[in-house]
Amino acid sequence: MSADTLTVAAGTGAHPLHYAAASGVFSLSWLLIVLPLAGAAVLLIGGRRTDKFGHVIGTAAAAASFVVGVVLFAALLGRDGDNRAISQHLYSWIPVNGFQVDVGLLVDQLSIVFVLLITGVGTLIHIYSIGYMAHDPARRKFFGYMNLFLASMLLLVLGNNFLSLYAGWELVGLSSYLLIKFWEDRPAAATAANKAFYMNRVGDVGLALAIMFMFATVGSTGFADVFGAAAGGVIGYGTITAIALLLLLGACGKSGQFPLQAWLPDAMEGPTPISALIHAATMVTAGVYLIVRSAPIFNETQAARTVVVIIGAITILLGCVIGCAYDDIKKVLAYSTVSQIGYMFLAVGLGPAGYALGIMHLLAHGFFKAGLFLGAGSVIHAMDDDQDMRHYGGLWRYMPVTWATFGLGYLAIIGFPGLSGFFTKDRIIETAFDKGGTSGYLLGSIALLGAGITAFYMTRLFLMTFHGTKRWSSEGAEAHHPHEAPVSMTGPMIVLAFGSVFAGGLFVLGHSLQDWLEPVAGEGEGVHTFSPLVLTLLTLVVTIGGFGAAYLRYQLRPVAVQAPTDSEVTLVTVAARHDLFANTFNETVAMRPGQFLTRFLVWLDLVGVDGLVRGSAAGIGGLSGRMRRLQTGFVRSYALSMLGGAVLVVGALLLVRG
Amino acid sequence: MIVADNHLLLAETQKITPPSIEYSSLSPLLIVFAVALVGVLVDAFATRSTRRVIQPILAGAGFVGALVAVAVLHGRHAVLASGAVAIDAPTLFMQGTILVFALLSVLLVAERRLDSSGGAIVASAAVTPGSKGSTAARTSEDVQTEAYPLMVFSVTGMMLFVASNNLLVMFVALEILSLPLYLLAGLARRRRLLSQEAAMKYFLLGAFSSAFFIYGVAFAYGFAGSVEMGKVADAVGTTGKNDIYLYLAVALIGVGLFFKIGAAPFHSWTPDVYQGSPTPVTAFMAAGTKVAAFGALLRVFYVAFGGLRWDWRPVLWGVAILTMVVGAVLALTQRDIKRMLAYSAIAHAGFLLVGVAASNTDGLRGSMFYLVTYGFTTIAAFAVISLVRTGDGEASDLSQWRGLGRTSPLLAGTFSFLLLALAGIPLTSGFTGKFAVFQAAIEGDATPLVIVALVCSAIAAFFYVRVIVLMFFSEPLTEGPVVVTRPTLTFATAGIGAAATLVLGVAPQPLLDLANTAASSGFVR
Repeated sequence: MSADTLTVAAGTGAHPLHYAAASGVFSLSWLLIVLPLAGAAVLLIGGRRTDKFGHVIGTAAAAASFVVGVVLFAALLGRDGDNRAISQHLYSWIPVNGFQVDVGLLVDQLSIVFVLLITGVGTLIHIYSIGYMAHDPARRKFFGYMNLFLASMLLLVLGNNFLSLYAGWELVGLSSYLLIKFWEDRPAAATAANKAFYMNRVGDVGLALAIMFMFATVGSTGFADVFGAAAGGVIGYGTITAIALLLLLGACGKSGQFPLQAWLPDAMEGPTPISALIHAATMVTAGVYLIVRSAPIFNETQAARTVVVIIGAITILLGCVIGCAYDDIKKVLAYSTVSQIGYMFLAVGLGPAGYALGIMHLLAHGFFKAGLFLGAGSVIHAMDDDQDMRHYGGLWRYMPVTWATFGLGYLAIIGFPGLSGFFTKDRIIETAFDKGGTSGYLLGSIALLGAGITAFYMTRLFLMTFHGTKRWSSEGAEAHHPHEAPVSMTGPMIVLAFGSVFAGGLFVLGHSLQDWLEPVAGEGEGVHTFSPLVLTLLTLVVTIGGFGAAYLRYQLRPVAVQAPTDSEVTLVTVAARHDLFANTFNETVAMRPGQFLTRFLVWLDLVGVDGLVRGSAAGIGGLSGRMRRLQTGFVRSYALSMLGGAVLVVGALLLVRG
Repeated sequence: MIVADNHLLLAETQKITPPSIEYSSLSPLLIVFAVALVGVLVDAFATRSTRRVIQPILAGAGFVGALVAVAVLHGRHAVLASGAVAIDAPTLFMQGTILVFALLSVLLVAERRLDSSGGAIVASAAVTPGSKGSTAARTSEDVQTEAYPLMVFSVTGMMLFVASNNLLVMFVALEILSLPLYLLAGLARRRRLLSQEAAMKYFLLGAFSSAFFIYGVAFAYGFAGSVEMGKVADAVGTTGKNDIYLYLAVALIGVGLFFKIGAAPFHSWTPDVYQGSPTPVTAFMAAGTKVAAFGALLRVFYVAFGGLRWDWRPVLWGVAILTMVVGAVLALTQRDIKRMLAYSAIAHAGFLLVGVAASNTDGLRGSMFYLVTYGFTTIAAFAVISLVRTGDGEASDLSQWRGLGRTSPLLAGTFSFLLLALAGIPLTSGFTGKFAVFQAAIEGDATPLVIVALVCSAIAAFFYVRVIVLMFFSEPLTEGPVVVTRPTLTFATAGIGAAATLVLGVAPQPLLDLANTAASSGFVR
């Protein structure tokens, strides 16, 4: 794709999308990817020689990439609004006639915010990991993988065509896999990594098919060409809906959305910094990025958008409900992530009105969820790798910094007025109601209900961990001596806590982020169902309800150290404890039929194909055995066969002469 | 030509003019021939120990010199020596190929570190097997150094064979190349009885086939009144094609050539001779003789009988199909690795015949390319075989190769690669060669032949892969064969052959271009 001066109609069609050619500082945008990639190369190829200083290199590479990102962002700010999409052609990957694949980067309003999130939060988590992984013998490898992840994720968001995006997409899957099974001597980690890999495959097939569809229809995979064709109405409704649904399948796999959500909680087997970086802040939000990036496609198909909204709504509730039932602190946070990404899907499914909101919530969530995970990591670290909240309690006294930063993150996620979540989540709820009609009310109510449940399970988590009675002992065989984490860990937590507090407000004030993203995401018009004030109050009431219920149950009443057995709790809890039977569902719907199909094919192969092969092999072998007897070893019979052959040849030729 | 009595007077007035011979254009042949003669003198006058050293160097130098001469002659396109010899691009291509293979084979013959006593050539070939002297001949460090001049003579014959423009000269060349090979087949240091039996069989059957050939030449003369290819071709074009002499000539000359390339049903000597001959000689025969015989076959069928294309093609089809089937099917049940490769050689002769049957420029190009690829691979394969030994000589029984991949991964890996090349797996020269030949055949309207060839390739792949499986997926024998590591020359040969197999598989274009240039310039008439 030659994107130098391509002008295509995209977004809402109001603004022609203009990709300017890269010049000046923008011609250095490749550095964003190359820096962490070089870091990964040094650490992974350098091997044990880099053990001593590997973490420094890794962190420096991430930080350098962040600096480049900031410089590019500043340069973008210096350009006028319609001129902020800069495409850089790097090289021709597949220069075959009729199939041109160029590798290029696109720095625009959307990708730059992702760049800042990925490198910014990434750098913080690199710093955090220096302390968290200090005693791990394979720390260098860990940093190598993290750098690889950064490079892959940046390739994903910076590619100016779907193939580059796909390459990044698969590479983040690989790094995610490598990092989940980082402690591969634990069977659970290895299993979780495989599960994540398989379930992501399902989604990836969707993305791959979508790209093939695009190429078959448009003849290109470049953003400019595809979006131009989509907005120009070149692609038929059926095709574009199919493309959008396949993209959605890919997005669901990567982002842990219904029905492909089951891998994400299991992925918490990876080291906690990974849970924070990959499985909360960045990679799992790639699905949202994909949908917003493909906005010109989704804009053309109401049907696909409806599916996105439905999936978002289902996932919100599913994540919330299961989040209430788990006692493992990271699993609760994981389901919380699932549910929060559900909010983002709901938002982007609402079309141009919601794209920017989805991104806004994504960014805010990136801060507070990363902060929450880092806090959880600090707690787990302090409690000697025990992740069961029932074994915690009263920890605020022992780790005040963690308590404070975690507390701010917690307030942000439940939507405490003035903090990030308050601004971003409320806007999504509001926009859902604004969709109008029955569906608007339904979606709004689900989002509202989700906010209440979120408040409940997050309060439960917070109280069980930091407040209430001490349910651990500082003496005896299972003694714990909780202590505050080192500065390298608390530092990033504090920075992220600031983000949790201020990010939302910063984005919302003066429509700053929405205006910024408008050239990419477009601007939507919605009916106003409720006035924002009424809705804010309503949300607050529901949140307080959730908070109160949790407070009554987990603060005023003692928490049992042993979880109640399944017979003592309601059916809903039992179901939630079993991930709402998602694994059973997957096994029944996908795994068992898949296994059956495999077995059937193996059988077919054995009986049919192999039978044919073996049969013919046996036949030829038998023939060989019989023909062998002609080779008697006697010269006389050889000579006879030659004579016979000569007679045949002569006869044949005379026959031909005939 | 026939001078009757009453023409005696006339004969007085006719002066016998000696044919003008352009010695420069014949220089490759002459160099090799001279080296062979010098080799005989060296063997007569040098001491035993010195000639062991001098002979291989002399032979090698002769081949290199001739190769240079071939290179210098490129572009020459002429019939020389009163129509006896044709020097043209295909001839020079094949002469060069023969010389390269001869050079590699000399390295194998010169190897003296295969086992404790020496190389593959016996010290004294005339001793009766089983007699007292035979043990001495086996363990003696001496070598029957006549092997080198014999080989050089044979190469002379091969080079003349592909260059003959005259059926009678071709017959002479056939004998020059064959007679030394009969002797060489009997020179194996180990398993003397088998070796002598091979030599005997090869000689008897070879003589038998020569008789067919010369009989065919006689019929050709009877038909055309000349034995020059160009004149035979002219006669085919002008005189009616219905002459029975012509068809007998095609059939009988064909039989003689089919024997040399090892096509069915004239193949029965191949396994016995390949098995019994010293392995370096087998390698030389498999690579060199195949090039020479196919060179002659191509010239006879494309030049002399080119006008009769539509008549000989069906016969060639039949022979090709039978050859491929016999080679591929019979190789399945072989237990001796050299016999297996012999049947593989038969199958490959069949694949080459597919290229000949294409009877177009592409067929010529494909066949020439195939000959080069097959020669390198097969020489390397036989070199590897000679490295795997037991106390009794080569571990030729397939069961002894069990688990060799565990004990000698490099050797087993190389051999597997060569087997894959023989099977025609992509990224090896075997694939590009087959591709070139089959493509030509499809363009030459021989698609059914290609289908048969592909089926036979599939059957053949089975026994190649079976050896790989045996080497890598079986437990090694406790008292297994030893891979000798001292033979540098053999290692070098195997390495060169394997490298050529890889290079021609990955980047075949330069050689294809060369073959293409040679083929499009065509045979001279």
